[in-house]
Amino acid sequence: MAKIKYHMLVCGGTSCHASNSEDILKNLQDLIKIKGLDTDVQAIKTGCFGFCDKGPIVKMMPDNTFYIQVKPEDCAEIIEEHIIKGKKVDRLLYQGTASKENLSNSNNTGPHKKQIRIALRNCGVINPENIEEYIARNGYQALGKVLTELTPEATIEIMKKSGLRGRGGGGFPTGLKWEITRAVKADQKYVVCNADEGDPGAFMDRSVLEGDPHTVLEAMAINGYCTGADKGVIYIRAEYPLAVERLKIAMKQAREYGLLGQDILGTGFNFDIEIRYGAGAFVCGEETALIHSMEGLRGEPTVKPPFPSESGFLGKPTNVNNVETYANIPAIINKGADWFASIGTEKSKGTKVFALAGKINNVGLIEVPMGITLREVIFEIGGGIKNGRTFKAVQTGGPSGGMLTEKDLDTPIDYDNLIAAGSMMGSGGMIVMDEDDCMVAMAKFYLEFTVEESCGKCSPCRIGNKRLYEMLEKVTQGHAVMDDLDKLRNLSHVIKDTSLCGLGQTSPNPVLSSMDNFYHEYLEHVGNKKCRAGSCKSLMQYIINAENCIGCTLCARNCPVDAIAGERKQAHVIDQEKCIKCGACMEKCKFNAIFIN
Amino acid sequence: MEKIKSLADLKKMQETLRVKNKVGEMSTDTDSLILVKVAMATCGIASGAREVMEVFIEEFAKRNINASVKQTGCMGYCYAEPTIEITKPGNEPITFGYVDLKKAIRIIDKYVLNNELVDGIIPVNYETIDHK
Repeated sequence: MAKIKYHMLVCGGTSCHASNSEDILKNLQDLIKIKGLDTDVQAIKTGCFGFCDKGPIVKMMPDNTFYIQVKPEDCAEIIEEHIIKGKKVDRLLYQGTASKENLSNSNNTGPHKKQIRIALRNCGVINPENIEEYIARNGYQALGKVLTELTPEATIEIMKKSGLRGRGGGGFPTGLKWEITRAVKADQKYVVCNADEGDPGAFMDRSVLEGDPHTVLEAMAINGYCTGADKGVIYIRAEYPLAVERLKIAMKQAREYGLLGQDILGTGFNFDIEIRYGAGAFVCGEETALIHSMEGLRGEPTVKPPFPSESGFLGKPTNVNNVETYANIPAIINKGADWFASIGTEKSKGTKVFALAGKINNVGLIEVPMGITLREVIFEIGGGIKNGRTFKAVQTGGPSGGMLTEKDLDTPIDYDNLIAAGSMMGSGGMIVMDEDDCMVAMAKFYLEFTVEESCGKCSPCRIGNKRLYEMLEKVTQGHAVMDDLDKLRNLSHVIKDTSLCGLGQTSPNPVLSSMDNFYHEYLEHVGNKKCRAGSCKSLMQYIINAENCIGCTLCARNCPVDAIAGERKQAHVIDQEKCIKCGACMEKCKFNAIFIN
Repeated sequence: MEKIKSLADLKKMQETLRVKNKVGEMSTDTDSLILVKVAMATCGIASGAREVMEVFIEEFAKRNINASVKQTGCMGYCYAEPTIEITKPGNEPITFGYVDLKKAIRIIDKYVLNNELVDGIIPVNYETIDHK
């Protein structure tokens, strides 16, 4: 049986494809055949390597040689030298293999990888339903270490020094939060895991819980030890049944192994966890609303102070952290605060998980060091915009965030820079938009979401957002006047300033940021009744070109609202008042007589 | 299961678990020479990962191939689900995307048995922290 000895992997990503990787593949395959090497060598197209600026890329296996910026005419040399003579082609090798210390790099010959997985270190690697796989990969060692070797104060000091900030969106320093909760005296305290992931397009918390549930349990126990709590509660949305199931299995196994429960690892520390379900209300990601929901009350926020650290779940001091925040903690304890603080920017340490979605080629879950640029994320890791369209904007921070544009592409991503650029980190959803997306319609989409999700407790959010939404609808339908644009902006500021909780305080952000970045589109909608992206249906007009129309009556017969009139064999006309822009006429017309204005 | 009584016991347990595997990676399967991981987060399952996993298990049993198949969480390649990763001794793990039932059989015929690659390979583009 023939066994292939050499593999040549040719990048088939969009960017490499554009620079002739198809020809490279063909040349290699032809040469392999001509030289009679086809029983030993195979050349094959692969997905994107994520190093598009160095492309086209050819990777040799099993020796892991990485050739960059390969041209079709280089193929003969690679085959001749590398395969036949066993010598690497120096001029095409990737130079500069600096790899970050403390990071294992199975492949030292390739360019430095853009992604570093800390929170996702076990996702896709271990079987989440088997605690032994987690233990084999240093699982519960961090808990063991803090319980036997460190005081709670020393552990909090490590957390503070690491610079870890809350990954749920707010970016509050985690160590400081723990210190505040620890300082409060009480007979009972709680730690809570916020797994109420509600941003449209964000799924990093679900992925962590489904792929590595034990890391969250371990980190919650560490949190309990530091803050003085012996009970943990995971608040998770009921729409995540698989995450719930895997958490339950993990909790059961952890109890069996003595890693949850009484006298953990013989240290006298007790800690156990229970699960509470959310019904998928966006506002319940806000910590006071979350706590009320856990208590069985309505998921409505209350004014802070008192902060949960003083009076939270059942009136007791409560420390709430997000899933992704927890997932970083065991790694920080095991590898040290300095290691973690060496990754990222001055004020934002470590990595961030992003859910890349929208008009991007490599839709996926990525974890990148803070300080990476949007350009690297979208055009290298994300493989660029779908169908060769042009990048227009990216929404970060979900419905509470803003749009970042071309000018922000080279800004290093961290908490503070994103706020300065008019958006926010949020939980890590990144929705990429191209030239076919109308920015007014996008703002309206997010507003529709917040109007749905507003709990209704305070009037600015309940009434204000509804009015904002109606004004945006007027704009997209072409009924708005210039005054409405000022009203939009003013009302947005009022809602931001006067709403009770984070939901209302941030809900106008998509409106403000789209107005800041794409005011001309608003003007076009209002002044010219035009939507340049062609996505606002009300502003479109289907028109029959009288020269091409032969009067076959097909369009009129297919119009569901009888908006088309005309005699047989005479040019037809569409009544714009009646037309619902369904496009049925254009689809049916055999003479290309109908066009969109 | 007896409870782990101390940090020392936990470390001891980790050591015994770590050496269990023949493809150079920790797995609770002791003797298998080929390890197939299937990304089974909600999204993977929704796009057919469970059926793909079953095909691997059935085919390996039918053809008497010494391999183990296990579920994992999300590998991050949403655009190419279902995704699987195959590790053979002495080889780097290889990730295959867009694995439907037909492709699963092709991967067994080509890569598992003949070391021949098939389309849809996803180059791993991340580093993970080491666990030494």
